[in-house]
Amino acid sequence: MSGDAATPPEGVIPLFLATKSQEIYSCVCDEHVTEDNPYKLIKKEDIIEDMKKRAAISDFSPVKRIVLDYPGEELLVVYDPDFKYGQNFYLCVTEEAKNKLIQPKSGEEGEDGEQAEDGEEGAKEETVYTYNPPEAKDWVALGSEAEVECEIVEDNRPKLKFIASRVRREFGTPVTFKDRDIDPTAASEEGLAASYMGIPGYDDKNFALKRMEQDSSVQAVPEKVEGSSQTVWKHPCTAAVQYEPRQLSDEEKAAVEQSQEFKEFIESSVPRFELALQQNEIMDVFFDDWAVLGEEDTNFGNKSDGHLKEYQSFTDLQYSKDRTISCIDWHPTIKGIMAVSCAERLSFNDRVDQATQLLMSPSLILIWSFSDPIHPQLLLEAPDDIFSFKFCPTDPNIIAGGCINGQLVLWDISEHADRLQSSRSGLGNAKVDKKKKAMFGEETGPDTPVVRYCAVSAIENSHRNVITGLEWIPDHFEISRHGVPVENRNCECVQIMTCSPDESIMVWDTRPPKPTGQREQIEKVASITGPQTFKHLDLTWKPMLKMVLQKHDGSGEYSPLVFSLKEKQGKRDHVPQPDLSARRESTVGYGRGSSAKNQKPLDAVSSKYFLGTEDGEVVYATFKLEKDNETGKSNVPRPTWACASHDGPVNSLQRSPFFNDILLSVGGWTFSVWKENVTDDAILNSACATKLYTAGHWSTTRPAVFFLGTKDGNVEVWDLLDRTHEPSLVQNVTAAQITSIVPWVVSKKQHLIAVSDNVGTLHILEIPWNLRHASANEVSGMQNYFDRETKRIEYFTSKRVARQSKGRNVVKKKKEDKPDEKSEEALAEEYEKQYEGYLELEKKLLRELGILEEEPEM
Amino acid sequence: MAEVEETIKRIQAHKGVIGIIVVNSEGIPIRTTLDNSTTVQYSGLIHLLTMKARSTVRDIDPQNDLTFLRLRSKRHEIMVAPDKEYLLIVIQNSTD
Repeated sequence: MSGDAATPPEGVIPLFLATKSQEIYSCVCDEHVTEDNPYKLIKKEDIIEDMKKRAAISDFSPVKRIVLDYPGEELLVVYDPDFKYGQNFYLCVTEEAKNKLIQPKSGEEGEDGEQAEDGEEGAKEETVYTYNPPEAKDWVALGSEAEVECEIVEDNRPKLKFIASRVRREFGTPVTFKDRDIDPTAASEEGLAASYMGIPGYDDKNFALKRMEQDSSVQAVPEKVEGSSQTVWKHPCTAAVQYEPRQLSDEEKAAVEQSQEFKEFIESSVPRFELALQQNEIMDVFFDDWAVLGEEDTNFGNKSDGHLKEYQSFTDLQYSKDRTISCIDWHPTIKGIMAVSCAERLSFNDRVDQATQLLMSPSLILIWSFSDPIHPQLLLEAPDDIFSFKFCPTDPNIIAGGCINGQLVLWDISEHADRLQSSRSGLGNAKVDKKKKAMFGEETGPDTPVVRYCAVSAIENSHRNVITGLEWIPDHFEISRHGVPVENRNCECVQIMTCSPDESIMVWDTRPPKPTGQREQIEKVASITGPQTFKHLDLTWKPMLKMVLQKHDGSGEYSPLVFSLKEKQGKRDHVPQPDLSARRESTVGYGRGSSAKNQKPLDAVSSKYFLGTEDGEVVYATFKLEKDNETGKSNVPRPTWACASHDGPVNSLQRSPFFNDILLSVGGWTFSVWKENVTDDAILNSACATKLYTAGHWSTTRPAVFFLGTKDGNVEVWDLLDRTHEPSLVQNVTAAQITSIVPWVVSKKQHLIAVSDNVGTLHILEIPWNLRHASANEVSGMQNYFDRETKRIEYFTSKRVARQSKGRNVVKKKKEDKPDEKSEEALAEEYEKQYEGYLELEKKLLRELGILEEEPEM
Repeated sequence: MAEVEETIKRIQAHKGVIGIIVVNSEGIPIRTTLDNSTTVQYSGLIHLLTMKARSTVRDIDPQNDLTFLRLRSKRHEIMVAPDKEYLLIVIQNSTD
């Protein structure tokens, strides 16, 4: 509301009421009249009285006339606080205005008041909704009546009525029509008015009108249709279908086969087949080039990594310095444990001279672990220098070793197995021990336990020379007393085969002999400290079988250095599985040897083996004893074949891990590869090398590769698929002579090779990728190579035989031909005669041709 | 009759051939070198496959017809020569 004075509406006059007047009329500002309630009805009489009293000073004097003329009883005075009309009050002078102001204003006021009330109440608390039914108000016409009136259809004139009548009897009378001209003249003749109506066509404007707009309405109503369906619920019930293929009977088949169409069909389709089959034979379509492609590439890529990398080396300053390592063996189960045997590097004479001294220093087998390259984990004490030893494959806590004096020694390291196992995990133990001792200012390493041997064979029954070859018999068979391989019930390795240059091969059994009268001996007080596992054997151990091999041709015996059995530990496919119910829980030491009756002989097991001798011969023999018919005793049969192929003693004889009938023999300056049953020649005889070969071993993962050790400390890697005249890789590993090479697969990624030398160091080298990863067709390639070589040998032998026999024939023939030989003069005469005959022939021909020249006088 | 035998033997003599089956137009085996259960299985399945293959070829071009079907798998190759009335199936080993 503005403060400007607005023009007051009709019948409203602004009026000023002083305070006195306000008190008189009881319309004091803000007391009787407020903004909200500004209306005050004042009686006319009161005003007139007041005017009389106060005459001029009455506020109503200016409007005196109006008041007097006022028709009604009461006058409305409205408080105007905002001075809307110029004064603080305004007076309504007409009844109309008064009513108007009161009613609508009351209406408004009512609304305003209510709104204000509501607003106030809302501000204070939650609104209380009261329902006000809508009040009917007057109809306010907004012009829609015109439209409605337009639409209403009303008569604008009264309806017309027509009545047409006719005489009744004329209804139904037959009607006659006749034609009449429409011409008016004719019609007039007849007296009829022109009563035609011609309706010519004319353009009716209505048809020219085009409807531009048309009102039409459309209502879309969804069609509602009710429908229902009921599914038939089927109970699940078991149903089965059994079918049989249709087949033709035999007669029908025969009939079909006889038919002509069948023949034609065969004839037409077979060529297609032959084409397809030939295609298949020509090329192998299943060959995956892509897979093979990558492998060949890797060989090229890693040329630089082709060397054996030094991984670790073990030397013990105390025990193996200045000694030679005579034998290496890896622990079969625990990764990273290997054992070496140290021996004095003295010749026989020196040994004898220093015998007393040697007695003082112990002969040891050191067991090394990768975790500690300085201190061996375990020391095995032996009565004398050990030259060959092996872990038992089935029970890795048993170790068998052969001494230089021919005795066979057994150790049991079960107590220290935990130590070995845990040594893999770290050096923690070592350090702890060190700390303890270091308290006293001493520099001592951890205590290396020393294990004494638990059994040693009887000296009288052992070998008389150093035991150079020692093998555990594989666990799928045993050898009986007659050399017959029999089944091994417990699947344990219990027998050892040894050989020695004292010309004998012995088979030992680690189980106690039959308990006949020897129980008392077993009860005797143990004289040895240490594990009691083989107590029954100690000092009384005799070999089960002793074989002396007669020479194959001639007299004498072979002095074997190494041997190689055909059967391999772990390869037992050709042997039936032993009856496990008969298996007993027994360790190697305590199990009783089963009686010969219960054991079944195994025919599938081969009893043949190869020998390498001191003289460089390779011998093929069998340990199955023959019964000599004359004496009734079992004799060792003569070897079936022997070949002197090396210039020096055979120091290693090895079967290939991939081909069971291929052997590698290394001795002297050469090595040879042999195939079993090919007796004429070796598959491959190498050329003489510049240095002595001292050790050899096949690679365990690549069929074509083997490693050789030389006297000057080189390791030669030979790859038979690469070249056979020289090694593919020569690497120097040590300065001294290499005594033994044993490769081993530690893990899938790590293949290691242990090389031992003459000065007591054990080198562990890592085999690089290209030497350990066999290529895809290496096995087949090697097989082909061996087959080719075998064929070559056969070819040459057959040729040799043929040539020999042919040579004899040729000599015979020559003797027969000699008397027919003519003398020279007779030959000359013959030639003369032939020449004369030729001249005559020439003359004759020339005469016939007519070009004969004048003959000179003969 | 003898020539039929002879041709079948000739095919059988090829390297790697495991078996031969002759099947009529309904899928019933007439002649076979394999055992009964295998024969019945092969003839039923391959007959359907051949029909399908043939109809495929003819759908694409009605003038065309299937002459030979070769199914190579890891171990075997199955070769089928269809005809108006008969079907000749040969199973060959894949060369190693």
